[in-house]
Parts: sequence; structure tokens; C-alpha cells
Amino acid sequence: MTIRVADSADALTFQKAALPLLQDAQLRQNVRHATDVIQRKRAAVVAETPDWQPLRTAASNIKAHTMRHLDHYLVQFEQACTAAGGHVHWASDADEANRIIASLVRQYGGHEVIKIKTMTSDETGLNHALEDAGIRAHETDLAELIIQLGDDKPSHIVVPALHKNRHQVREIFRRRMNLPDLGSRPEDLTDAARHYLREKFLSVPIGICGANFLVAETGSVCIVESEGNGRMCLTLPKVLIALAGIEKIIPSFQDLEVFLQLLPRSATGERMNPYNSLWTGVHPNDGPQHFHIVLLDNGRTSILADAEARPTLHCIRCAACLNTCPVYRQTGGHAYGSSYAGPIGAIVTPQLLDMEHAQSLPYASSLCGACYEVCPVKINIPEVLIHLRGRVVREQKSPLNLESLAMKTAAAIFASRARFEAVQRLARLGQGPLTRHDREGADWFRNIPGVLGNWTRVRDLRAFPKQTFREWWKVRAKNEEKSSDA
Amino acid sequence: MRSWSVRVSLFITCYNDTLFPATGRAVVHLLERLGHTIDFNPEQTCCGQMHYNTGYQREASPIMRRFVEVYRDAEAICIPSSSCVAMIRDHYPKMAAEHNDPALIRAVDELLPRIYELTELLVNRFGLEDVGATFAHSVTYHGSCHSQRSLHLGDLPLRLLRNVRCLSLVPLPNIDRCCGFGGTFAIKMGDISAAMLTEKIQDVESTRAEVITAVDNSCLMHIYGGLHHQGSAVRMAHIAEILASTADQPLEPQS
Repeated sequence: MTIRVADSADALTFQKAALPLLQDAQLRQNVRHATDVIQRKRAAVVAETPDWQPLRTAASNIKAHTMRHLDHYLVQFEQACTAAGGHVHWASDADEANRIIASLVRQYGGHEVIKIKTMTSDETGLNHALEDAGIRAHETDLAELIIQLGDDKPSHIVVPALHKNRHQVREIFRRRMNLPDLGSRPEDLTDAARHYLREKFLSVPIGICGANFLVAETGSVCIVESEGNGRMCLTLPKVLIALAGIEKIIPSFQDLEVFLQLLPRSATGERMNPYNSLWTGVHPNDGPQHFHIVLLDNGRTSILADAEARPTLHCIRCAACLNTCPVYRQTGGHAYGSSYAGPIGAIVTPQLLDMEHAQSLPYASSLCGACYEVCPVKINIPEVLIHLRGRVVREQKSPLNLESLAMKTAAAIFASRARFEAVQRLARLGQGPLTRHDREGADWFRNIPGVLGNWTRVRDLRAFPKQTFREWWKVRAKNEEKSSDA
Repeated sequence: MRSWSVRVSLFITCYNDTLFPATGRAVVHLLERLGHTIDFNPEQTCCGQMHYNTGYQREASPIMRRFVEVYRDAEAICIPSSSCVAMIRDHYPKMAAEHNDPALIRAVDELLPRIYELTELLVNRFGLEDVGATFAHSVTYHGSCHSQRSLHLGDLPLRLLRNVRCLSLVPLPNIDRCCGFGGTFAIKMGDISAAMLTEKIQDVESTRAEVITAVDNSCLMHIYGGLHHQGSAVRMAHIAEILASTADQPLEPQS
């Protein structure tokens, strides 16, 4: 089995991938603007929800319960969906899922499909696989369309083209839709997209979608969206194929009451999504007459097996953690080299992949905790990041690297008062050549060579003072003893 | 002044001991002025946070055991650093549980209620919001990540600062946004940390305050290091130093 997350096989480490993005002033401004706007909207609709914290707790409990009994609920979903006329397929990895979908499209005689935004199909690289099978996939979500026409990669889970502003979008549409006179007002852009997409909706007979929630009890699938393109894809085609990770299951229909309050508020700052679609199997003369769903593992069962990392699977892909993350704010999503960016990406991707770039992701965080605070299902992302860092350290190929040696040395120093005090004295004695006076005569480290130069390139560091606290305390205690003797 | 006196054991923290002794001296002066007695056990070293958070959990374990041993009999432990308090509260119970050692688990259980971050000790334990300090400067306060989202200090530090005579408190925009320090993050992800710091410095400069303060010298070392690098006139002072400052013995923030 090969686990793959989009095109991440040759991705750079987070640090390296971030460098060109940090230089891109336009991209950084777009990211900051968009995330600030979404965060303000989210804060307003969260503040007006008096039971927000109990809702988060309920969601966390429902997800934890479901993961403990995932085997049971998956089979229950399969039975209910099949009874309602749907077909359930199981895929152990990305390639198997793509193969199943391509063969279904061919089976129904199609060579084109229309798609609703689905992160899971980004994860499996479905569009490329379909292309290789001679099938054209048309993205119908506005942002996914921008990404597809611009030969770009999504940089955000909910707002994949958030790194582009409308002038950049106009350029893409002008070029790819052959509209030389297109304006850059939002109305102009949506109008162009509507005309372009309307023709696809009416002519392509196969739709592909993801899923926000799979209801085990009823075999229903739920999708929420804002643009109405989803409703078109779910109702107009004759054939509908869904692709969903196995963690999307919730036990009962009533559980939706919790998640449908949390998700829109967290994702887009709306009380309710403009379009909420729910369907169960097929119905004669109403909507698609053939419904297939592919349930994807692609590494999820190995996350399930790690009790400390398991809450990773609770994620409902709202992206609130991306919007609030001070690291994502600086780099945008492309530095994460995966369909899943931001704090949630930093814990999802390394658990699905075992490679250098993925090993850097658990460190792509200052552990500031902002992600945990906003997470609607209360995933303690910093805790999982620390757990994964521990795994990276334990599994490193050569344990004799500089960092590991420094950490082991530091641990030996902290294990002994005598060693700790000796190092304090040595540091003070040895610092001379590396420090300089400032205007006021204070000593500072500036531009140190080596690894610590990462610090002093933009920050000065105060030189070690002449007396440590413990030395001062010792002198003071001695003086007090003397004065009390006298 | 209260009629009772507490014997406070100071955990100065490894980096304050070595780099910011003035903060430790300020804690001693402040708590003695309030009528309490200070204990300093020189066997103390570190809480293990750097190791634990970087993934060296195995190496953090003996450091945790040492801490638990040093403070076994302490009445109240004062720590002028919220991130070290967060390390102890958030991770020691789990670390102890992993050792499967009932005595250690019990020792950690008994330790936690005696741990106080400095402003928690003043406000929650001593019931003080006015500690009789005077500090004649304009000050802006940075809400460090651990103080906000792990300790949930809320406005405790601000309540103390508002009661300092002659101090003018200037609100910091985006007060709870991370400054980009994050321990080894600032080294491992130096460029991203620097970009985060740039935004924080803009916010600090926009207040036109003379002094930036916080309950953590680690964030201040980072923010002030960046300010000094750029030749800024803003100075840093740990909140303990401001609260220790009096009309008779005023603190003059130095470079």
C-alpha cells in the first residue's frame, strides 16, 4: 500500500518551502487580509452562541465515541446506504480510490465529470488520475476553478485560492476563458464563472463529490456549501460518485444538530451554510439514479491505532486553525507541501507520510495554542504536535546529529547543580569575543556564526550578566548571616 | 499588609537565573516587601520544557523527577514564567503516568496545587491587586501564549499593572498573538519566527510606550532582542520588576 497526499512526495522541508513565500509580499498581504476577515466574522457568530463551549465538548465526545467504535459504524453505514439503493466501495489507499472512480466513470460511458470541492480528492490526486484515464474533471467551486484554470495548488482547506486577490483571478479568467475585456469587480468574476460553469452543469452527466458527514444510522451523506454549485452537481447528473475518508462517519442523524452549528460558524463565519444537502441512496425520478460512495483509508487506520494522535481524525475541516495560526499567516498554505495546510495539516500529513518534508511539519509551530482555542471539536493540536515531535526524534535515522547532541548535553547539565553552575560561569567567561558594547555600554551578542546565527540575524541577545541570580542569593544570604551575627 | 506570612519557594527558572537575574531579585524584594519569606533551593535547575517540547521527552523525564524532588516539601512555589508553569501543569501528570510509578504520580498530584505563576500568587493566593508599586513610565503589556491559553490568566497581570502609581498603560494591538519565539522554533524555523517578530514589533512601536512588559522573559528576550537590533528606544521589564519598583526605590529601565 502506498500512502500519498497530493503531490507531496518531492516536497521540500517546511523551512525551505517557506522561504520564497516569505519574500512574496503580495501573497502575504492576500493571506493576512483574507484570514483577518474570516476571523472577524467567526468571532462575531461565536460570541452570539451562548452554548459554544458545551457544543465543542459535545462534538469532541461524539467524535471520540465514533472513533472508538468506527468498525461498527462503518458497517452500519454500508448497510443503510446499500438498503437505500447506494453502492459502497472500500479503498485502502489513494491509488485504489482513484482506480475505482475512474472505472465507474468508464462503466457509465463518461469522459467528463463535474466536481464539487472535495479535499479528499485533492489528497488522492484524483484529477490527475482521471486525466491519465482520459477523463476530464471540471471543478465547479469558484476557488477550485481558479486553482484549476491557473494550474495552481490549493493553499487553504476552505478557501483554496485565498492567496490570490481578485486582480490576479481576473488575469486567470481572461486568459483561460478567453474574455479579454473582463473587469475585476466581484460581480464580473462571478458572472464569468457562472456562464462558464452553467454549460458544464447542464451537459455533463456524472458528478463527483466529497462528504462533510456520513450518517451511520440512515446511510445519508451531508454536504454543506456556499455557492450552489454543489446543489447543481448533486441533483442534475444521472450518476453521482462520492469520495470520503472513513473518519467522516457520525452515528446518528441527530448528531448533525451539533456539527451543523459548529462547522459554518468556524469555517466561514456564517450561522448556517447557504446550501445544506442531505441525501440517502437514490430515489426514482428525483436526482441522480446511480449513487456510489468510495470510503477511503489512506493511512487513517494507522492514526486510529495511535491513541495520542487519534484526535487528529476528529477534524471536520473547518480551517479555523489555519485562519488563527500566526505561522500560516506568514507563509500561506503552500509551504506545507500537502492538501492539508496549517496546524491541522502539520499533524495530518506527517502521520500519513514518512519522509523528510513531513518530518519538518510537526516543528512548523510555535506551540502558541491559538489553534486549540478555536478548534470546534477541541483537538489539542499542540499536544499532538509535541507527541509527533517525540516520534520524529525517536525515529531519526542518525541519532548523532548536532541537535541531539546539544539536547543530551543540556539534559546532563540540568541533572546536576554543580554542572549547571559550572556552565553558567563558563558561558560568562567565554562570551567575550562574541559580544559588543551598545551605545549605552551594555554588552550584547550580535551576528553569532553557526546555528545560533538564526537568532542574531534579526535579534540581539543580551550578554550573560556579571552575576547569576543564585550567586546574588548566596552573597545576600552570607551578608545577612554576618549582620545577624554582629 | 496581611497578618499572615507565607514561606514562598522561588523557582527562578534556568534562563532567568542565568540571563535575567534582575527579575529574580525583583521577585525577592516584592514578596519580602509584602511580608513573606523567600526560600531558594540551589539544587533547582530547569523544568524540562525545552526538551519536552522539542521531542526529547525521554531526556525531559529526569529533569521532571528532579523538580518534583526539590519542591516536595515547599509550601508555595512561585515561578515568574508562565511557560514553565504550563510545562509543569500540562505535561508533568502525563509524564508521571507514563512512568507507571504510583509514588511519582502522587508526588505530582500533590505538587500541582502548590505551583503559582507570580501574578497568580499575588492575586489568587494573596488577594492583592495593589502591591504598592510606583513606576513613572508608559508601559504596554504583551499577553504571552502560555499565560493566555494555558494558564488562562485573563486580565490578572493588567489588574496589577493598573494599580501601579504613575504608570500609564497603553493597550497593545493584537495583544495575544504569538511573538514568534516558541523556544527552539526561533532557531529551527528562524525565518518564519523573524517574520512573526516583525509584525509584533510594529504593534509594539505603534503604542509609543517606553517599556514593554510581560509575565515571561522568554517572549521579552525575543521581542526586545528585535527592538534593540533595530535601534528602537523601547525598553523591556518583566512584570516583577515593575511591581517591585517603589517611590523610594524606583526601577530605571536600562538597555
